[in-house]
Amino acid sequence: MSGSSKHVAPQPRIVRASGGDYRGGVGETSGQGLSDERLAAIRADFPILAEQPAGIPLVYLDSGATSQQPRQVLEAEWAYRTQRNAAVHRGAHTLAALATDDYEAARETLARFVGADASEISWAMNATDALNTLALSLGEANRAAAVDPRLAIGAGDEILVTEAEHHANLLPWQRLADETGATLRWIGVDDDGCWRLADAEAAITERTRLVAIAHISNVTGLVAPVEGIVAAARAVGALVVLDACQSVPHRAVDLHALGVDAAAFSGHKMLGPGGIGVLYLAAELGATLPPARVGGSMITTVTMTEREFLPPPQRFEAGTQPVAAIVGLAAAIDYLEGVGMAAIDAHERMLGQRLAHGVTAIDGARLVGPPPGEERAGLASVIVDGVHAHDVGQVLDAAGIAVRVGHHCAQPLHRRLGVAATTRASAYLHTTPAEVDAFLDALSGVRAYFGAAR
Amino acid sequence: MTDPLAGLYQELILEHARRRDGEGELDPFDAERFERNPTCGDEIRLRVRRASDGSIEAVGWEGQGCSISQASASVLAGEVPGLGADAARERIEGLRELLRSRGTMEPDEQLLGDAVAFAGVGRFTMRVKCAMLAWVALEGCLADLEREA
Repeated sequence: MSGSSKHVAPQPRIVRASGGDYRGGVGETSGQGLSDERLAAIRADFPILAEQPAGIPLVYLDSGATSQQPRQVLEAEWAYRTQRNAAVHRGAHTLAALATDDYEAARETLARFVGADASEISWAMNATDALNTLALSLGEANRAAAVDPRLAIGAGDEILVTEAEHHANLLPWQRLADETGATLRWIGVDDDGCWRLADAEAAITERTRLVAIAHISNVTGLVAPVEGIVAAARAVGALVVLDACQSVPHRAVDLHALGVDAAAFSGHKMLGPGGIGVLYLAAELGATLPPARVGGSMITTVTMTEREFLPPPQRFEAGTQPVAAIVGLAAAIDYLEGVGMAAIDAHERMLGQRLAHGVTAIDGARLVGPPPGEERAGLASVIVDGVHAHDVGQVLDAAGIAVRVGHHCAQPLHRRLGVAATTRASAYLHTTPAEVDAFLDALSGVRAYFGAAR
Repeated sequence: MTDPLAGLYQELILEHARRRDGEGELDPFDAERFERNPTCGDEIRLRVRRASDGSIEAVGWEGQGCSISQASASVLAGEVPGLGADAARERIEGLRELLRSRGTMEPDEQLLGDAVAFAGVGRFTMRVKCAMLAWVALEGCLADLEREA
């Protein structure tokens, strides 16, 4: 199966795969997952999992939208705020030096986690902000008198996305195309919302200047064939931008090995705090890209009429950054690495297959994305015949099951699927097979409740 | 165990969601509004035809969405024909007040008719917009008609 970007992570401290009572007798994992004991210990680290917002146990299957934070992340933020808080990269006092140490150590942690250099990691508010920063910076580059040929996008050129993109990885490129006179093209999806490397290769032409794709679709769970796309894009001199929101939190990702020019992901989807995300700019791209935002913290020399910018990563970090959140994000990575990305990956692949097989077995439920048995992330979006996703979500909520309903910020994909909304269950490292089964059980009763099953 | 959703999905609502009274293109018509709930994608196109005395003669709607929004449009289509603009506005406001009361208000059955079935929706704040969608479209139609007059 092409499309895996999995790289070998340090061996996890995990002894055996959990479960085994997979529905339909499937759920092969590519490695060792999480033992029941390990899973229980992980769950105990997440205070919110013990909450009962609806008066019954919470089954949290909405990590794809926002993940929960373990106490280690909360404690790291608390420690920073109570012991180290100061303005970073300025001030001569010891506290400021300590704060700066924490801040830059976090950048090192992030860089190592995704196989990048620290100078390639710029902070952003979230992935949407990161992708906007990149697109706006490219727009800025193309307004310059002498445009760097690698960044040049103009009339007759093409920007390529897929029909399945999250709006965050679509709208910035739509607008950049409008502004530069380039044409936005897209790789279409099939009836299941999937596309293949051959589709991308056929869509990449001599005119393609930039390819922007999700590493893992937040709706279908499809894993993009990144290596193949990078190869095809390289051949025509196009940049590759990766929306890594659903990959970096869930599996080992090595951005240098993938060879993409830029990537974006959000802290709140990887056990970290909200309000912090990452823009990865490969050194070569970062070196020539002008900043979209200007101001404090990103300059070398300023006169009343002139300005000179710092190199990356600071060039893309105008203004004070949310340092406590950054420290919290680094703690989230420590936590993920402590469990082991390979184990998390295997656990979630198993849950993804359990979801896919389970949904497929329910009468009147249609699985979006790759069929059971094919690679998919630990999530599944479902269309229930005759019942709107909002109603599905309401019935699940009554059983304590928290899922996402709606278009998941991917309206074009849903339009292609012929529905306004789907219901998505998305797992994370703390999700148990029993929780997936609770979702499947509740889902199987939905049509009868609304009288749609006849 | 009692059904925690019983307050939301009254039998009348589920029935209306299937019946879809008033669904279809109304022609001729005097006012038309399109409303959309961007968070869930529910949408409705609602048309109103006025009688010679200025009251609402007929309502027709087309749309898609959850059972709450579709049932609400169906109830609306049965409730408002025959009402004058002021009486219709009073109903819209009455329903809005009921839905925003978070389930604390005693519904006024005389004012709201079948729309009292939506009383329980108030406890599910994320569904209030669904229940109001068709009524907001009607409100817009009434405003357009008033401007023309």
